[in-house]
Amino acid sequence: MTDFRRHYGAAPWHLLLLLGCFAVTGWIALRLAGEATAGRMLLWFVGAVIAHDLFLFPLYALVDRALRAAMAGTGRRSALNHVRVPALASGLLLLVYLPSILGLGGDTYTAATGLTPQPLLARWLVASAAIFAVSAVLYALRRGATRKVIFSGPDTPRGPRT
Amino acid sequence: MPADPPSDDPPAGADHGEPRRTPDGPGRSAGAVGTPVHAYPARLWRALDRHRPPGADAVTNAWRSPVRGPWLTSVLGVVLLATLPLVIITGLLDWIAYGPRLGQAFPSDVGWLRPLVFDWPTRPAWLFRLTQGLHVTLGIVLVPVVVAKLWSVVPKLFDWPPARSPAQVLERLSLLLLVGGILFEMATGLLNIQYAYLFGFDFYTAHWYGAWIFTAALVTHVLIKLPRTISALRGPRLTRTTVEESVPEPADPDGLVARRPGPATMSRRGVLALTGGGALLLAALTVGQSLDGVLRRTALLLPRGRQPDDGPNGFPVNRTAAAAGVRTADTGARWRLTVRGGSRTVEVDRDGLLAMTQHTADLPIACVEGWSTTQTWTGVRLRDLAALVGAPDSAVARVESLEQAGLFRQARLQVNQVRHPDSMLALRVNGVDLSADHGYPARIIVPALPGVHCTKWVRRITFEEPPGD
Repeated sequence: MTDFRRHYGAAPWHLLLLLGCFAVTGWIALRLAGEATAGRMLLWFVGAVIAHDLFLFPLYALVDRALRAAMAGTGRRSALNHVRVPALASGLLLLVYLPSILGLGGDTYTAATGLTPQPLLARWLVASAAIFAVSAVLYALRRGATRKVIFSGPDTPRGPRT
Repeated sequence: MPADPPSDDPPAGADHGEPRRTPDGPGRSAGAVGTPVHAYPARLWRALDRHRPPGADAVTNAWRSPVRGPWLTSVLGVVLLATLPLVIITGLLDWIAYGPRLGQAFPSDVGWLRPLVFDWPTRPAWLFRLTQGLHVTLGIVLVPVVVAKLWSVVPKLFDWPPARSPAQVLERLSLLLLVGGILFEMATGLLNIQYAYLFGFDFYTAHWYGAWIFTAALVTHVLIKLPRTISALRGPRLTRTTVEESVPEPADPDGLVARRPGPATMSRRGVLALTGGGALLLAALTVGQSLDGVLRRTALLLPRGRQPDDGPNGFPVNRTAAAAGVRTADTGARWRLTVRGGSRTVEVDRDGLLAMTQHTADLPIACVEGWSTTQTWTGVRLRDLAALVGAPDSAVARVESLEQAGLFRQARLQVNQVRHPDSMLALRVNGVDLSADHGYPARIIVPALPGVHCTKWVRRITFEEPPGD
């Protein structure tokens, strides 16, 4: 047992579990290998990981860094999340409803629904604008409240951050 | 993939940064006890460790967020552990609802992945509306939770060395299946409900097998990680810390905690609230497709938030008459319904059907794409049609459409679906004749039956003995 651990790097059940997992995947791969579109399925499976890990994540991380750098310049750190949160919400809507927002679907959409696909870009823009507006109003209210606290007494535990 | 390492601890001295403290001791996970410095083949792992590619240190030191760590990852993990099984089970129920015993589930031949099947019930009538609505809505709502979970573990993807033992290599491979599986399922599902078949393969086949790959990887991941999750959650409760108090957790064996954290810009509960807020936003913009009336319009960004018109036939269509190739000439005065049972065959025209006892019921129609609607249907009970040709009570039905091509031009109904008092061949809806797109001259409506099996433009119903199991 100890020898096994030393060589493998974990307990035997760890290996058994993983072999079970690979057996399921392997069996499915063999089963799908005969499908004409098997290559596309594999491409989408691996592509989804690459799209998230090497595109989406670096993209939003870089945008966030740029945003933080820009906000640091203005000295308004407390405003950061009032830009970040609505931006994330808007990005999330875009990610999930992208086919509808861009009006993809074409003939399939019409055949299924009896309606012509109508790009919902304007709706997404309005929804995003509304989310940003709510965030801006909340920020203004918060700043107003902070000012009041400053003016009302010097004992404020936390100073203004702006 | 954003990979957690296997559950054994990085050996002391192999770390290039400050030494990492193991808060729970190495005995927490089974794989960790007595782990040697490098497993077999030690020379390979040591060489990998020594030859750090350019940029590896820069990446390791680039992670800034002080809230990343075992606690946050565990909370997100527990949320997914509590919700994903519901998505998996409702997905499996959807396959069963299609009727695998009648050879109607897609994909049909699934080998030993075939679950225990049963005859899909007809009661309650909203059963399929509920299960499929849950499957699709929850699948959408969990997108931000999955994204947040991946964000919380993404440093592991760029970790060097990528492995120190065969165990870690295998576990990382399984994480490719886990992450690939969930992203594949979400992408294909989201494209399917928005009718954008960009992927160019059969949705049913891909979504079904993808789900099994994901489920196997999920079970593996949960069993390996559960002890660590529990110990992370048993530690200090970090839900209450404010932004100012949000300091990093002690260095963890998984290396999730940033080595050079920046100042906190959001507390841990802030991250959780943001994730939950994203989930709520998606829920608010999705549930509308399962509701009727003005609330349907709240599905602002989904195809099924739109109503064809305001009339009695103005509820969502699943497949238009034009798309199905059903011509007016075939549905007009020439149309006859053929009912067969045993050796008897009866032909009835629409007036003949309207002269039979009419039954009216409020029944939902629910689509595999998650949307649903309740309407008031009127028509002839299926069991009355069975009696017309003297079919036995044990008969199942095969319903054929005027539709020439397409996966659902015919459907088979189980005994309980034929015998239910509300199961009918509907001729009218909401007090008017069915529109062409809703299946004029006649369509099937059966409680809790998936919408695609509520065959439209029916031309023939055959009552026959159930197939042997």
